[in-house]
Amino acid sequence: MNRNTPASRVAFCGVITALSIVLGYVEYLIPFSVGIYGIKLGLANLSVLILLYLTDTKSAFLVHLARILLCGMLFGNGVSILYSLAGGLVSFLCMALLKQWNRLSVVGISICGGVAHNLAQLGAAILLVDELRIAFYLPVLLIAGTLAGFLVGLCSLSVIRAVKKQ
Amino acid sequence: MKRNDLILFAILLTVGLVSLLVLTAVLGDKGEVAVVTVDGEEVLRLPLSKDTEVWVEGYGGGTNLVVIENGQASIREASCPDKVCVHTGHASALKSVVCAPNRVVLSIEEE
Repeated sequence: MNRNTPASRVAFCGVITALSIVLGYVEYLIPFSVGIYGIKLGLANLSVLILLYLTDTKSAFLVHLARILLCGMLFGNGVSILYSLAGGLVSFLCMALLKQWNRLSVVGISICGGVAHNLAQLGAAILLVDELRIAFYLPVLLIAGTLAGFLVGLCSLSVIRAVKKQ
Repeated sequence: MKRNDLILFAILLTVGLVSLLVLTAVLGDKGEVAVVTVDGEEVLRLPLSKDTEVWVEGYGGGTNLVVIENGQASIREASCPDKVCVHTGHASALKSVVCAPNRVVLSIEEE
């Protein structure tokens, strides 16, 4: 498949945007409930990682932003879009920079993205709720982000390998 | 997957687990107290860390038995007819136990 023409790039990004919304919906349908509020797998990060590795940073960013806004409008509300944006932008910045650095594979980048996402959302929660005591939640979010990022990273690794082979 | 990934994974998990343990240890005896007020005036202040039972005399001569057990405070017996306070269960920082007839309120505060 020739992925270098503008048309095929647009089509590819469109497909991945649709995929990421579906992933967001799947996660919304099956809350990855472990009894602690706010912990989730972050399946949609799969699409960001795939795009970071298979296309370029700009496309990945645009698709990511589109997904956050679309998912927020479909399943969330104004406040949840704010939280998603805080987590999404910080984790994207973190992952894009780490990819340039080239010392980690997609699994490590996914872990950092997961942790960065959780920390950014915690920061947003502290700012919005104005209650510093939420910070006690930090260790839980750190562990959850690491584990979720690891799992999503493994998924991304196999997807990227499979797509590259074709 | 690179070796760096596993190192990162291990470091983050360790940091998370250690901080979780430290925080639980610190917060474990963060000194929550059960505060009992009668008609708006504080009459008792009991640390949740020590099991105890105290009869409290409420407004108009009614009585309530405040019990602290396993770090939780509740009202076990009451002289009033409705026993709402007894059925309320444990008091928490967000939920006070109230006996309206005796004007007794059992709430949890941080010291």
